[in-house]
Amino acid sequence: MIESMLTISVILFALTILVAVIRIILGPSLPDRVVALDVIGVNLIATIAVVSVILNTKAFLEAILILGILSFIGTIAFSKFIERGKIVERERDR
Amino acid sequence: MTKIVFFIILTFGVELFLSGHNNPGGGFIGGLVLSSAFVLLYLVYDIETVHRGTPFDFKRVAAFGVFLAVGTGMLSLLFGESFLSQTTWLVDLPVFGETELGTMTIFEAGVALTVLGVVVTIILGISEDVE
Repeated sequence: MIESMLTISVILFALTILVAVIRIILGPSLPDRVVALDVIGVNLIATIAVVSVILNTKAFLEAILILGILSFIGTIAFSKFIERGKIVERERDR
Repeated sequence: MTKIVFFIILTFGVELFLSGHNNPGGGFIGGLVLSSAFVLLYLVYDIETVHRGTPFDFKRVAAFGVFLAVGTGMLSLLFGESFLSQTTWLVDLPVFGETELGTMTIFEAGVALTVLGVVVTIILGISEDVE
């Protein structure tokens, strides 16, 4: 019972990632693509968690932490690029 | 807020670096996580502010890391072993109890410093304003 539920949830996460990829390809504007990339990151984290429950191991938990950090930094970089036009500034003007 | 996240990422990077023996982790991944912490600082502040806070050149960090890694490898030649061979000791430390110390950790520290320096240099290089 639990096993089939976990497998179905992994399949549904894969479908969600597929929909987000379609949004990245078709997305009319840049913020759509950024939000779709963020959705892919969150879904990858959830998929890794469910897979580590299925395999009954703790080896993937650090991968979850690294993915969280990287998708966080990536979202910050994209939003700063949209807002300011450049990512790393030489001199900050407030 | 950024400083809190920065130190959380730094702590996680050092933990990944130290757990490289028997768990997932090691010098390369630890260096990547450390460099992602520095990239976060460069994103939130600017280049001048971060360079005022970290008074070292990241190219020299990379060079020192390569020196440390290759030097640890060459050191085993002095004892008549082959290049890059490693050794471990079991030491009684006061707080940690019986601990396994190895020369592999120094090599991994070199790899981590190399990855940190190279990644930060690449990020700064590709983000430079071309005007």
